[in-house]
Amino acid sequence: MSTFPQLLAKLATDRPDEVALQEKRYGIWKPMTWSSYDARVRDFAHGLASLGVERGQVVAVLGDNRPEWLIAELAAQTLGAAVVGIFPTSINEELRHILTLARVKVVVAEDQEQVDKLLRLRDDATAGLDATGAGEDPPLLVETVIFYDPHGLESYTDPCLRDFTTVEAVGRELAAKRPGWLDSQLDECSAEDIAIICTTSGTTSRPKLGELSHANLLAMAEHLTAVDPIGAKDRYVSFLPFAWIGEQMLAVACGLSRGLTISFPEDALTQKTDLREIGPNVMFSPPRIWESMLSEVQVRIDEAGWLKRSAFGWGYDVGDKVAGLRVKGQRPGLWLGLSYRLADAVALRPVRDQLGLARIKRCYTGGAPLGPDVFRFFHAIGVNLKQIYGQTEICGIAVVHRDDAIAFNTVGTPIPGTELRITDDGEILLRSASVFRGYHRQPEVTAETVDADGWLHTGDAGYLDEAGQLVVIDRAKDVLQTADGTRFSSAFIENKLKFSPYIEEAVTFAGGAHGGMTALITLDPLTVGSWAEHQHLSYTTYTDLVGKKDVYDLVAEEVDRANQDLPESIRILRFVILHKQFDPDDDEITRTRKVRRSVINQRYADIIAALDKGEPKVEVRSVVTYQDGSTVERTIHLRIFDLTRYLVPAGHGRRPVWSGRR
Amino acid sequence: MLTRAYQHSLNSSGVLAGQPLLEVHDVTLRFGGVSALTDVSFTVTQGHIHAVIGPNGAGKSSLLNCASGLYHPQDGRIILHTGAERGATSHELTRLAPHRIARLGVARSFQNIELFAHLTVLENLMLGRHIHMSHSVAASLLWFGPARRQEIAHRGLVEEVIDLLALQAYRHHAVGSLAYGIQKRVELGRALCIQPALLLLDEPMAGMNAEEKEDMARYILDVHELAGVTVVLIEHDMNVVMDISDRVSVLDFGRLIADGTPDEVKGSPAVIEAYLGAEGTA
Repeated sequence: MSTFPQLLAKLATDRPDEVALQEKRYGIWKPMTWSSYDARVRDFAHGLASLGVERGQVVAVLGDNRPEWLIAELAAQTLGAAVVGIFPTSINEELRHILTLARVKVVVAEDQEQVDKLLRLRDDATAGLDATGAGEDPPLLVETVIFYDPHGLESYTDPCLRDFTTVEAVGRELAAKRPGWLDSQLDECSAEDIAIICTTSGTTSRPKLGELSHANLLAMAEHLTAVDPIGAKDRYVSFLPFAWIGEQMLAVACGLSRGLTISFPEDALTQKTDLREIGPNVMFSPPRIWESMLSEVQVRIDEAGWLKRSAFGWGYDVGDKVAGLRVKGQRPGLWLGLSYRLADAVALRPVRDQLGLARIKRCYTGGAPLGPDVFRFFHAIGVNLKQIYGQTEICGIAVVHRDDAIAFNTVGTPIPGTELRITDDGEILLRSASVFRGYHRQPEVTAETVDADGWLHTGDAGYLDEAGQLVVIDRAKDVLQTADGTRFSSAFIENKLKFSPYIEEAVTFAGGAHGGMTALITLDPLTVGSWAEHQHLSYTTYTDLVGKKDVYDLVAEEVDRANQDLPESIRILRFVILHKQFDPDDDEITRTRKVRRSVINQRYADIIAALDKGEPKVEVRSVVTYQDGSTVERTIHLRIFDLTRYLVPAGHGRRPVWSGRR
Repeated sequence: MLTRAYQHSLNSSGVLAGQPLLEVHDVTLRFGGVSALTDVSFTVTQGHIHAVIGPNGAGKSSLLNCASGLYHPQDGRIILHTGAERGATSHELTRLAPHRIARLGVARSFQNIELFAHLTVLENLMLGRHIHMSHSVAASLLWFGPARRQEIAHRGLVEEVIDLLALQAYRHHAVGSLAYGIQKRVELGRALCIQPALLLLDEPMAGMNAEEKEDMARYILDVHELAGVTVVLIEHDMNVVMDISDRVSVLDFGRLIADGTPDEVKGSPAVIEAYLGAEGTA
């Protein structure tokens, strides 16, 4: 067992001139070899040491995915320090919480935006203007901010600021003065040191910081690659935040232990085209990425001419049949096999290519449940999508589908070296070498999560099906019971709803005394917007668009369609389309886009109560804060749509949206 | 290259900040019997965002056209100061042809978008480099030797402009297929690719919604602050003008009625009467 910097050093010796990282800059993929990667890490490590970073400290990185992120991470680890990733969209309180909890002294920030946030935070702290929780949190200790995108920072004179390349240059000088010093630092590192600190997604409370050691992560990488081999020739595109365990898992842990080439897209807006240019072999994304890909295909097929629509429709049917056999480990017969080849050539491969999935061998979804319909869609178009189940506390993965046994409602079986147990209450417990060291500076919370025997209490309810595959119902406290005693998960219904290309998020509630379910829905402005354009429906803002009667009718049809797949007792009876989308800045959704039910329950209590009572409309107050600090309060009337007597309008002019649903 | 800092300076003026860059002296422009500009005089200082405002038909675009050589005023002089590297340190623009003025580093954008709709964003921007390219037709066609090296070097600068204006996602899109706000940004980009000594923007935010305006204002400030380019800006939106300009000149019926900082101009009775209406109702 070794550490990440040691793995990097080994790769730099074994394959010095092969490409380790590549970043698209100025329109060109700029490669960095393993040897220059290693050299930059060593320089930066010396530079960090000159800024006072030493064993046991935590360095924070705040920025989008760039080579500098990984250089900073590995440099900190070389010194025996750990790195904590912060979501680049994090603001004030969140940022402060992480920085103070981890006693961070050195922050590596991307650009002017991040530097401004940090400087403001520091100024507030020195002025004693801490917004909230000043008493609970330790003081802010940030001494140095290192930035790697200098644009706009030329005129900043704050003494705590350092340019990334300057730190590297200082490190290079230092390295010349004390040869061998860094190697001795490296030798002192052990696999049990903290490698990274990952923020837990915190759907329930403020993010906690999970400490993961080199040994934890490398054990996970070894066990995952034992199931699904990853080789040095595989390509990987890194576009999800490194603060998320899933990205660390593949890009860092599997990347360094197997020597993958990591590619960084040019810009958030070019991710899709860059993904297509690289054509990754392996991918891991949360459900929202897969859902948005599905929406894109649905909308584009719907807008295509009849020839393309029917070709795809036929190809999809064939693909779906073959996928149904393949996931059970069977092979199609002669006729179906031949049809599949044709279908793949004319309909399925082009779609995969458009999505950038043409070369995918395996891809994973994780972090939140993905609807079985979305799953089925990707298998039908020939994408080997598999579910990963795991928490940050177990390095992100404990259970995964096997290639020939993919059931769309399960999450698969444990990876090697992982034990799984279901308690009598139905809670899932996990134990493996990848179970984390504990929460940073919160031993009492750690003790609640990991018991004396090393079992990780996941807080999720689940069971094993006949084939021995794990089925996860939901967070144990979110599991609901119908009047007749069936246990079910609201996520199951919500995923049915979210299969519609128009519905972005849905939160369902048990409908009080009347039985049945009610739902709070937000829409995808892109797909609904393009639908509205086709309908020659004019609108100004999101709020205006979703309040239109036509849009309500559209959504009603979609909800009705979802209801057809649901048992009678848990059908949606009433829904309301919310006047705004959920926003992580409003705490309604986490940075990884998981809905925070507790916040929703509290904030929209009036709407939920009105849904329960079956009122025709509900009034909400919405406070808009402009950037200059002024606020405007508006009252909005939201309509509650009652589906109890709903019938799909006959002879409706709208073309049926093509979809993968049976 | 390790650093992410830009390698090219987009500002080609050799004039020191605070020194006069463009001097307009008693400019008079007549079309037949109609006077578009009468005795207009003001000075644009290096390092400023200088706004020219006024009601419709006040002569704002005519003034810009005089400075860029599309019109030649009957009277008066327009003098551009340059650093020593371009030979003489000051140039009389009033009698020069537009392409000569462009070579002196005066770049402009137009009120109506004047881009090549069927070319890509990249190709349109590369056209901004055209005045800096010098190689034979044959060498260019064959993509050979110096021509090739030269074009690659120019592409380097163009890519930095793309990065500055966040146009990466549209690099290979035909300009005609892009949203209006993006096309305006491409036009700003093309003017920047000239590496201007002075950037003239004719209503860069006309016809935009509030959000697009905010973006555009942000980009103009970036161009000014990051690239250090002096900007002369014609704009109708008073809020934008007052927010981003260092100095404002006000025209009314071809005459300069005020010239000063935004606050001075805002308080001037002549401006309130001409621009906002006599009662100040607007």
